[in-house]
Amino acid sequence: MAPSNDLLTMTPKGLFCEQGNFYVDPWRAVDHAVITHAHADHARWGSKKYLAADTSAEVLRIRMGEKADLRFQPLGQSQTINGVRVTFYPAGHILGSAQVKIEKAGYSIVVSGDYKRNSDPTCQPFEPVRCNTFITESTFGLPIYRWPDPQTVFDGINQWWKSNQGSGKTSILLAYSLGKAQRLLSGIDASIGPIYTHGAVEKLNAGYREAGVALPETTFVGEVDPKEIDWSQSLVVAPPSAVGGPWAKKFGKLSVAMASGWMQIRGTRRRRSMDAGFILSDHVDWADLMQTIHETEAENIWVTHGYSDVVVRYLREQGFNAKVVETEFTGEQLEGDTEPAS
Amino acid sequence: MRDFCELYWRLDSTTKTTEKVLALEAYFHQAAPKDSIWAVYFLTGSRIKRLVKTGLLRQWATEEAGLSQWLFEECYDRVGDLAETISLVLPPKQSSLAEGEPSLQSLIENQLMPLREMEEEGLRQSVVKLWQQFDQRERFVLGKLMMGGFRVGVSKRLVIRALAKHTGIDAATITHRLMGHWEPTAEFYEELVDPDENETAISKPYPFFLANPLKDEPASLGEVSDWVAEWKWDGIRAQVIRREGQTFIWSRGEDLVTDQFPEVESAASELPDGTVLDGEILGWDETEGRPLAFNQLQRRLGRKKLGKKLLTEVPVVLLAFDLIEHAGEDIRELPLADRQTRLHEVLEGLPSAAIQEPPKVLTESNRDWNSLATVRESSKAMRAEGLMLKRADSKYQVGRPVGDWWKWKVDPYTIDAVLIYAQRGHGRRANLYSDYTFAVWKEEGLVPFAKAYSGLTDAEMRKVDKFVRKNTNEKFGPVRSVTPELVFELAFENIQRSTRHKSGVAVRFPRISRWRHDKKPADADRLETIVAMLEED
Repeated sequence: MAPSNDLLTMTPKGLFCEQGNFYVDPWRAVDHAVITHAHADHARWGSKKYLAADTSAEVLRIRMGEKADLRFQPLGQSQTINGVRVTFYPAGHILGSAQVKIEKAGYSIVVSGDYKRNSDPTCQPFEPVRCNTFITESTFGLPIYRWPDPQTVFDGINQWWKSNQGSGKTSILLAYSLGKAQRLLSGIDASIGPIYTHGAVEKLNAGYREAGVALPETTFVGEVDPKEIDWSQSLVVAPPSAVGGPWAKKFGKLSVAMASGWMQIRGTRRRRSMDAGFILSDHVDWADLMQTIHETEAENIWVTHGYSDVVVRYLREQGFNAKVVETEFTGEQLEGDTEPAS
Repeated sequence: MRDFCELYWRLDSTTKTTEKVLALEAYFHQAAPKDSIWAVYFLTGSRIKRLVKTGLLRQWATEEAGLSQWLFEECYDRVGDLAETISLVLPPKQSSLAEGEPSLQSLIENQLMPLREMEEEGLRQSVVKLWQQFDQRERFVLGKLMMGGFRVGVSKRLVIRALAKHTGIDAATITHRLMGHWEPTAEFYEELVDPDENETAISKPYPFFLANPLKDEPASLGEVSDWVAEWKWDGIRAQVIRREGQTFIWSRGEDLVTDQFPEVESAASELPDGTVLDGEILGWDETEGRPLAFNQLQRRLGRKKLGKKLLTEVPVVLLAFDLIEHAGEDIRELPLADRQTRLHEVLEGLPSAAIQEPPKVLTESNRDWNSLATVRESSKAMRAEGLMLKRADSKYQVGRPVGDWWKWKVDPYTIDAVLIYAQRGHGRRANLYSDYTFAVWKEEGLVPFAKAYSGLTDAEMRKVDKFVRKNTNEKFGPVRSVTPELVFELAFENIQRSTRHKSGVAVRFPRISRWRHDKKPADADRLETIVAMLEED
């Protein structure tokens, strides 16, 4: 199929639509960038103009700064750029995350960015979009990843928090400051005790609240005198980079937990010396990945960051026309956080 | 079973010894004796042998999960633990099939043990049914019950500590009661925790007294005259028991190895009843009056049958260095010097040389630490690993207490080698490239020389891991070949010729002693250097 080769190609700067003269989630500065979501490996600084789904307006503004030239387009509405039709559909990954559908002359490609199918009240749920070529992540593209029901996970977190209160330990919950942190906040039982946040988390909480997402009351740790707080009753939500340094010293005795898909594997939990690991991911697990691929009815599957070799080999066995597309996206990383520790 | 699973995950979630002991104590407190004893059995490292072949479990799990074999292998490579991989890929629990919650004992005795008698078809059905009634975490523990290898950071010592705290009986007594073979029954557990229980089975060995490596200068030990110096042998540490006309030979791993050493068994039949010797079993070179090389002894190990040729070529002896039971009496409280006097008396009249006192470290060298250090330098000629220093008035203690027995080994061999292959580790290191193959120069190329796993800090290991990911040239299954760039100093204990190794030599206990950031691959050692070490020996 020639059109697919034309419509979107891989270049050193990222996925490029030559006919439309724009890139999707480029990792170098370009003139026109279409952005799937606000995580740093997808929304990079330095491009002249950005286009994203309007649901991402608040968080993307926080991430990209006041000076960035951001334009927004409502979900499900199309705009034609140099003869190429561009439409955003929700991806369910974090607030404002979207799939980008690119169409010309009856041929369509969907760049899904990062996505998940599990319930998450802090963002619009994923919608499968029919297309000819589907570009998918594969962060957790192995059959060993099977997410538990999120409510069970939240029950576990509540239980852990209460038990720490009983033994006089401060509960530190580590999660990405954009997305995972807010999903956790919206899911836990806030009546258990006061909730404090790391600066990086609090900054994005503001964006979520501005966008109308209901979050429980949180207090920025930097706003209080640490000596006046009974930390042992509190939950502190922070990015993974926050522990280990001086920042965590003020809380006294700690119980540190992490919420991530990686926590499914015992070795990972143990190596990070967590007191508890909760399996909660903003990416699809194996079953949802496969289901989504079927639902798009795409004949070509391009697989990016994660276990792309494995997923491609499996899809080919299933009769798909699949290939690996090397990108610089990182998905959800195992070794610490890429966010600045501010 | 649920309580035991909870115990398992509680142990797994902490690295703190005190918390582990608390978790164990809590378990022993609430569990029935019939379940407690199985928990002790597994957590002290025993396993049920030949339950179901691992290969079958792997194959059935792959099929039940609807995976191709290669995809299962990818999963296993990522997880690094077979029981865990199986637990993760299987379809979710079918709770409708659960028939109430079995106790640990009932699960093992009524559901697992019968598997041993089953034909393959029925076996598969039973295993699949088991899998279906448990959730992922329970399946993981079930897999460990079936395949062994708990690796939950609990040592036998820790279990004993928890039992001691739980019962108020001292740890040495519990340790002794848990020695040797015992059946995991409620009755045995009752005896184990009975404050008055006194009777010992005739085969029961004593807990071994182990030495610590001497890190400081020997002068830090005080007066040389307070110490007994012995050679440190590189053989099989063993306890020989003669009671009620029967002989039992136990290895330090608490395996009964009587049949493997008929020479020693036959010599022991001349010992008086109520004698327990501690010593080292070695292949013996009578003309040289020193041990044969360790690889000679290795030929004798783990065999079902010992041929006449092998028995002639590699005769073994027990070099007995301690007496811990004399005339039916436990004499562990006596000072070493007294025990050795009695040992000498016991062995003096023995007709066979298969049990003998070890060659002495020259007595005049015992005058000062310097002359002892000189003697130690001749260890390799004696085929010893160095010296043992034992306090002359030391009691025979349990385990590895610090202070009275030291091993003062000669410096290991070291060489600089280049990292050429890396593989992911297991367990805690499952997603790090932590298992390495190193090479040295032979003519113009690098030849693989040793594998090493330990010796790096976690931080260093992460750095190497990053390097491996960025510098992979080829993948062979789980193994990656990397650009030869990193140089490490390897230490090893011994070196032997080998026809099975590409390099022509095999080394014992290789480990990474440090990362030589200051060296380039070209600076690594040459194979000739290593072969020269061989000739020195």
